[in-house]
Parts: sequence; C-alpha cells; structure tokens
Amino acid sequence: MVQQEREFGFMTRALHAGTPPDPATGARAMPLYQTAAYVFSSTEHAAELFALRGYGHIYSRISNPTVAAFEERMASLEGGLGAIACSSGLAAQLCLVLSLAQAGDHLVCTQSVYGGTVTQLSVTIKRMGIDTTFVPAGEPDAVAAAIRPETKLVFVETIGNPSGVVADLPAFAALAHDAGVPLVVDNTFATPYLCRPIERGADIVVHSATKFINGHGTSIGGVLIESGTFPWHNGRFPLLSQPSPGYHQKVFTEAFGEYAFLMRARAEVLRDVGAQMSPMDAWLMLLGLETLALRVERHVANAKTIAAFLKNRPEVAWVREPALGSIFTFGLRGGRAAGRRFIDALELWSHLANVGDAKSLVIHPASTTHSQLTDEDMRKAGVEPESVRLSVGLEDVEDHIWDLDNALRA
Amino acid sequence: MILTTSGQIGDLLRRVRTIAIVGASANTLRPSYTVFSYLRRQPEYDVTPINPTIVAVDGVEAFASLAAYAAARGSPDVVDVFRRPNELVGVVREAVAAGAKAIWFQYGVIDRDAIALADENGLDVVVDRCMKVEHARISGGLSTSGLNSGVITARWRPSGRSRERH
Repeated sequence: MVQQEREFGFMTRALHAGTPPDPATGARAMPLYQTAAYVFSSTEHAAELFALRGYGHIYSRISNPTVAAFEERMASLEGGLGAIACSSGLAAQLCLVLSLAQAGDHLVCTQSVYGGTVTQLSVTIKRMGIDTTFVPAGEPDAVAAAIRPETKLVFVETIGNPSGVVADLPAFAALAHDAGVPLVVDNTFATPYLCRPIERGADIVVHSATKFINGHGTSIGGVLIESGTFPWHNGRFPLLSQPSPGYHQKVFTEAFGEYAFLMRARAEVLRDVGAQMSPMDAWLMLLGLETLALRVERHVANAKTIAAFLKNRPEVAWVREPALGSIFTFGLRGGRAAGRRFIDALELWSHLANVGDAKSLVIHPASTTHSQLTDEDMRKAGVEPESVRLSVGLEDVEDHIWDLDNALRA
Repeated sequence: MILTTSGQIGDLLRRVRTIAIVGASANTLRPSYTVFSYLRRQPEYDVTPINPTIVAVDGVEAFASLAAYAAARGSPDVVDVFRRPNELVGVVREAVAAGAKAIWFQYGVIDRDAIALADENGLDVVVDRCMKVEHARISGGLSTSGLNSGVITARWRPSGRSRERH
C-alpha cells in the first residue's frame, strides 16, 4: 500500500474512513444509496465498466456507494488493502473459499471455531468437493502437518467461539506462509479495536459484522478484508494466476497486481454468488463503527467485573475469564438442569443466539448453537454440557450483577 | 526525486497534463491497454501511446519513440513505462533526451540503475505503482470498489466523476 502523509488514529478512521462529505451533495452523514442499478453516461462508459477498465457502479449486487463506504472503513480499521461486504459472516466465508478453491482443493481449519463455520466447511463446502482438515487450536504445528499440495488456506479465529482460546497468530502465519498458503482469521469476537490480525501476519480477515461492528443487533452482515501482500502468483492459486473463463480470460494477478484477489472476489465470486450486503444494512454498520472503540472498552470493563463476581459464587463451578474481549463462558454446578434454571430466571439478559449487541445476551450452547455437534466434537470446540455463554452488554454493571445474583439463587 | 507518499504521488498526478505511455498495447487484455484507456478518459490528461509496432490505439496516434513524440508534440510531462527491466536504462535515457519531467514505472517494472539514472537527471520518479490506481485513489475511484484509499477528509470536494470523457 502507498504510504500516507499522516497515519490517523483508530477513532478518527472509525468516524471518517470511506465517508468524505458526499461528492454529489456535501451531505455530512453517508447517504443511503438505496438503488439497484446505475445509469451509464454512454455505451462506451458501460463497456469500460464491464471490462473492469473504469471505476464506477453497475448494479448493487456487485457494488453500491453506501456499501463501498462501509467496506473502505473496514479495510482502513483492519489495515487492509480493501474489503468486500456480504449478506452475512457465513456468506463472506463462502465468497472467500470460492475465490481461492474449487473441487479437489483442501482447507485447514482449527477445531474451536464457531459451530456454523464447522458445519459450513464440513458439510456444505465438502459437498462442493472441497475438503477441510480440522486441527487443535492450541497446536500451530498440527497445521503444518495438515497442509497438502492442494491446500488453499488456513482458517483460525482470533478468539475461539465459545472456547475463548486466543490464537497465536504469528505462529499460524509463519507455518502457513512457509507452505505458500494464506492465513485467514475470523476476527469477529476481538474486533479491529482489540486485535488487527493483518499486523500479526494474517492475509485475510473475516467478520460476522452482525456482532460488535453493527453493535446494536439490527442487521445480519459479513465482511472480508485482504492485506494485499500475499503472493497470489506463487503457483498455488490458478483461479487468480490463470486466464479466467468467468471474466474474458483475464489473468487477475497480471491485470490487477496487488488488487488481484479483491477484484476477482468481487467481479466474479460476489457477482455469481449474489450474497451482497444491502445498502440499508451497510448504512447501519457504518453508524455502528463510529462508536466501536467506545463500546468495546465498556463491554470489556463490564465483562471483567462480571467474571470476578461469578468466580466468587458457590453456585459456579468454573469461569473461563476472557483473555481478550467480552464474551465468555462459565459452568454451573448441577450441569445442564442448573444451566436451564439459571437462564429461565434471568430478567435483563436476553436469551438468544447472537453476541456483540449493546444489550446483554446469554445462551446455553450445548442445546442451541452447538447442538448439531456430537458431545466429542462439542468438547473439542471447547463447549461442556453445563457451559453458559455470556455476551456482556453496556447496561449498568450493578444491574447486570443484580440480575445474575437473582438467577443464581433461583 | 523518488516519490513514495500518497501526497507526493497525488501532487504529481494533479500537476501533469501530457502523458506518454511507453509500451502501450492495443491488445485490450493487456494492463498497458487498461491504463491507457482509463487515463485517456480523464479530461485533464493528453495521453499518447509510444510503441513502434502499432499505428494507433483506439484512434489515438502512436509514436515510434519518445524522440519522435518530442519532435512532434514537445516534452511530455510524464513518461509511464511498461517495459522489461533490462530495457529501462535505455527508456530513461530517451525520456531525459525528450525533456520529460517525471518517469513512472508500473507494477513490476523495476531496475535500480534506471531508477538511479532518472533521479540523478532530476526527474520525479514513481516506482512499482500503477498510474490508474493512484489516479483512482485521489479521484474517488478506489473508494467505489471498497478499496482503502487512505483518504481521510472533512472537506467537500464536489464530484469530478461526471467529468470523465466518454
């Protein structure tokens, strides 16, 4: 990336990146460009856009001004070259996999990732002929052993969901790069405010933007961000370095240099998968990002107070205090039944399948998010039958504790 | 002087008017065609292909050499180069002789001796960057594709996109 005159701070970029005053009107807030398509100024203009020789919007399945503003802000906050927003975190992961892999290819992923990711890789993507080897999250060396000639990426989470295991990103990056493979990091739980994986060697970052990025539980969304520094022409990625039948036989690494991955992921994969983010959702995500740092600081402070409170309670068997972030699990004495009684007695904590909302959330993973997994796979993912997961919100922490205290006594 | 920051490169792109593209191709799949085609549609630029093997690109007359260009049109403000690294010292000599004020080496077009020679002769030098991408950075094009332009500003710069020639 080209060097900037001034490296602006995180808060400044969270407020301004991607959204200079609207060039058309001077509007200070990012306008909501709620449009499906864009008029060409001439037939030549249309041809240039379709040939990827000019910059501009064609159709909102491929790009939209409001969505692009969100993408640029995410790229700025993660320190990437660019970003692609999708209709969900899983949609972003699907676009990522299809940008690099095809039938016969292989992926490596850590075991402790989000249950939905495990299912996506081990069922739906496996059916497309792309196989995944799952390795223990705490053992980067297992990654090296799992990489094959046809491996296209190594996938880890910054903070395992819900295990709380923090990945040794530089170690994973070194092993992946030694084999000529990119490291992909799901940074949903950490957010770019707490951890920027690209600074620690990652090549691609993915998010469920539904969580802290949106921050208010209003929209489903996902985003992938690329560093622009991975050597896609190293011979392992024919989808980027060989003529593309999906785009006029274009060779993306020749035509777009460092932008090869991002251009193909948008112009071919997002175009063909059709899993774009809506302008309205991007508009809400932009608004969420403006306060990301402030919210995350309070989320983390409240989580620390609550973890300390739980550790001193006789009803609590164990607390997996968060090393990073504000989502953590604890176990109640009395197992599954005690867990259910506790959740049913809560007044202020919302019982639902989401995290990263401004409001406090609670769930019993064994009977919900991880119920598709066997007990053995569940334990590998860091979930015990008695685990309760908290996503600590921004309410007054005294009120959190009042409610938890009542429910523990129930 | 070797220009490395977005501000220096942006200033160069705002300053220049005439651009001679050495190695511009008429093959629409080649990056050199893409860059030519993009720059030609920016109203502030006068863009000319330099290539002895072609007569014209999209109706724009090509010159066989920088010397031929300079004889007919005067010195170019900037020479944009798509040639192999082993030819670059020669291209710099021709650019200096043609009176060019700046030379721009595209992605992967890198030769240390050529860079040093251009710098010693007082030319502004940009290395391993794409002129299309850097123009798009300052004119909002990168931002339309979710790419990180690095632009942070609260000043209103009314739209220039509609000025593109078609």
